[in-house]
Amino acid sequence: MGDYILLAIGAILVNNILLIQYLGNCPFLGTSKKMDTAVGMAMAVVFVLAMAGIVTWIFEAVFLKPLGLEYIRTIVFIVVIAALVQFVEIFLKKNIPALYAGLGIFLPLITTNCAVMGVCLINIKEEYNFLEMFVSSLAYPAGFGLALILFAGLRERIIIGRVPAPMQDVAIALVTAGFMSLSFLGFKGMI
Amino acid sequence: MLEALLLMLGLGGVCGTLLGIASKVFYVWEDPRIAEVENCMAGANCGGCGFTGCGACAAAIVEGRAPVSACVVGGATSAEKAAAIMGMEAGAAEALTSENTCTGGVRASEKYYYMGVKDCRAATLLYAGAKECAVGCLGFGSCVKACLFGAIELGPEGTPVVDVEKCVGCGACENACPKGIMQVQTPSQRILHVNEVIDRLAPCRQTCPAEINIPKYIHHIKNKEYDKAYLTIMERNPMPLSTGRVCPHPCEDACRRALGDEPVSINQLKRFCSDWVFNEGAQVKIPVAPDTGYRVAIVGGGPSGLSAAFYLRRLGHKVKIFEWLPKLGGMIYYGIPEYRLPKAILYKDIQRILDLGGIEVMTGVKFGVDFDLESLVGGGFDAVIMTIGAMNHASARIPDEDKVKGVVPATTFLRKQGLGDPYPIGKRVGVIGGGNVAMDCLRSSVRLGAEKVYCLYRREVKDMPANKVEIEACHHEGIEFITLCTPTKFVIDDEGNLTGIEYLKNELGEPDASGRQKPVPIKGSETVLPLDNFILAIGQTTDSAFADQEKGSVTRIETKKGSIVVNLDTHQSDIPYVFSSGDSAGPPGLLVAAIGGGRRAARGIHKYLMGEEMAFPETRLRVDSRRMTGHIPGTIFDSIEGIEKKGRIGQPELEPGSYERNHTYAEVDLTVTEEDALKEADRCMRCCLTCYNDDLVR
Repeated sequence: MGDYILLAIGAILVNNILLIQYLGNCPFLGTSKKMDTAVGMAMAVVFVLAMAGIVTWIFEAVFLKPLGLEYIRTIVFIVVIAALVQFVEIFLKKNIPALYAGLGIFLPLITTNCAVMGVCLINIKEEYNFLEMFVSSLAYPAGFGLALILFAGLRERIIIGRVPAPMQDVAIALVTAGFMSLSFLGFKGMI
Repeated sequence: MLEALLLMLGLGGVCGTLLGIASKVFYVWEDPRIAEVENCMAGANCGGCGFTGCGACAAAIVEGRAPVSACVVGGATSAEKAAAIMGMEAGAAEALTSENTCTGGVRASEKYYYMGVKDCRAATLLYAGAKECAVGCLGFGSCVKACLFGAIELGPEGTPVVDVEKCVGCGACENACPKGIMQVQTPSQRILHVNEVIDRLAPCRQTCPAEINIPKYIHHIKNKEYDKAYLTIMERNPMPLSTGRVCPHPCEDACRRALGDEPVSINQLKRFCSDWVFNEGAQVKIPVAPDTGYRVAIVGGGPSGLSAAFYLRRLGHKVKIFEWLPKLGGMIYYGIPEYRLPKAILYKDIQRILDLGGIEVMTGVKFGVDFDLESLVGGGFDAVIMTIGAMNHASARIPDEDKVKGVVPATTFLRKQGLGDPYPIGKRVGVIGGGNVAMDCLRSSVRLGAEKVYCLYRREVKDMPANKVEIEACHHEGIEFITLCTPTKFVIDDEGNLTGIEYLKNELGEPDASGRQKPVPIKGSETVLPLDNFILAIGQTTDSAFADQEKGSVTRIETKKGSIVVNLDTHQSDIPYVFSSGDSAGPPGLLVAAIGGGRRAARGIHKYLMGEEMAFPETRLRVDSRRMTGHIPGTIFDSIEGIEKKGRIGQPELEPGSYERNHTYAEVDLTVTEEDALKEADRCMRCCLTCYNDDLVR
């Protein structure tokens, strides 16, 4: 049990996918202007990653490993994740329109989000068993959501401030992201 | 290698098939135009349009929630394609109508006799046309020929007349006119337009702080089209019932007729047609642009805030007004007494604004106490306009003015009266000040039962900034003017109650910066005037205490002498999404200036939200309506020909000395009769830049 908790804390804070591993930076900057959008994005990432993690892990175990085809893993995962997300989108639109409206554009947007791809590959690289993989597939996007929501909070405050013209918008956002990243480095000694 | 190829092929096949089946099984109908519109876009899912992705933006366009030009990356090409799919012209979700902006025609004088081809464009080739006026209609009807819908014909005055019913807003006439007289615009474009030196503007229209098209509405009144007159006013001023009663009408000071006659009673005509619309219950349809999806918070429900709300709403934004006091209206509700502007009348104006829909109102909340900028931004507002007025009083610099019982600032005195809980006053009341607020306090004191009311002023009656009619009304109501005096000390009894005021007499010295002679107190001329109450009405300041609070981001709103510092063109403050207009954005001014400021602030906010150029065009006309300077060169005459002296209609009022006049709050000034209004409208010369209708023509 302790291992799983450690794995979760490691994935959320110590190896935060956004601020330590620098994956998924496009939605980090693109959807952090408003808190509502950031929360929507975070939910969508958790949702997609949990499913993508499971499907890719099974695919690895059933096809790639027995056939010795690990070298085309990246391509295969891209196709699998893209198809999965498209399917989920079509399914939600018909059957759970409320969730579809809530996740909105974020579902297709993260089809090829590097954070999603990255976590699926980490799951394989670290040779996680199914349960470990599942915890990691939930914890990494939780870390993504945490960083994104914190960042959105900061940006909502920054927009009120008087920022010099050349530093406005994305420029100040990148500086802020840098500082957040530095502060997250402080978690390095935790485990 | 073969396994890899087979696996990829198989995977692709299976995924493709599954998705194909899924899209049939889980099919949801949606407007096919959404997909078509989406195909016109850049497809970058960049979010630059403000929607979450291209699909959402396309859906918004199809549902009419966004303009076809919403895709910023796709630009004009994408907008044109989307417009073709939607079956409309780009940028025109509102009705476009053509309008002739020249009233010259046959009356305009000519430089030479033109014998060429009867076509405006041909005529322009020879010294820009035969008319003296460089921007006037040439009258050959190129626009008439260009219109494919038969919507334009040349009227009896030699200028084009547009049949609005037939006009489709195609813009052919605008393209055909070499002088730029035909303008095809949406209501939003007309709201966003500010007076420019290249426009065809009569002197009165140049002078009006709200830029109302005065000759046009008077012409409508002359034709008995009172509802059209009202709608013309509403394009620039959403509170014509109120302004029609209290405006000091600087426009009339610029009236060209005054050179050979008395000026036209413009304000009384405004009041007449607005009263007619409400009394007759005429149906007026005020166009509102499609929703833009933006929300604007308006802090302060006074005239400038209401004006901004009205125009922002008409431009398609959702607005919410936050008002500190229990009723909307600000200084004109709580400052102007009932006998000048009845609350019921004011509320008709306000209700007309709220009837647009999409305007939320919250009263009883104060900025800096109950909410601040952060909570507004957090609440999802895209811009904030501070129209908090000037509700604090300026100091008269008399020792102990805050402590002596019986001394009250005019703002407090009038606000308490507006709240229905009048300040208790004694038999002898003095008011210091010579502005309209001082007049309001004087005349209210008479109605509150004071037997002797004095107006103290440091210069002479002729120097008073108050309206002449107000000063006259004070004389009618038995108010005594003590001019050339400087109060120096309060006389109090043992309990600290006011018993009188000591003042020095003044003599007039050197002229000061305003060109008026500076009053200088005469030593040893101390005089004591026994008084029970003393009202300070020498100016107001904005309550910007929130800016001095230590905590929170609101400290960052920059203020100067209490007013919020803004760019006076765009009304934008240092913080890009914070705007301010009205009394809080400068020295307190006229109601009509606050209303005009509200519209210009709405323009600034609209341009800011839509990412358009906010600054005024370089050709912006800048008229100082107080000093009467800055008019378009050549439009202010020294003398005038062809005008008979007819005299203006008088101001009907309650009988001076009558019980209603002195003891009730019944409205003193009355609306003119239809007969008088028509007579007065007929005196309007329908001026433009240089030409006008003289009395012989009509």
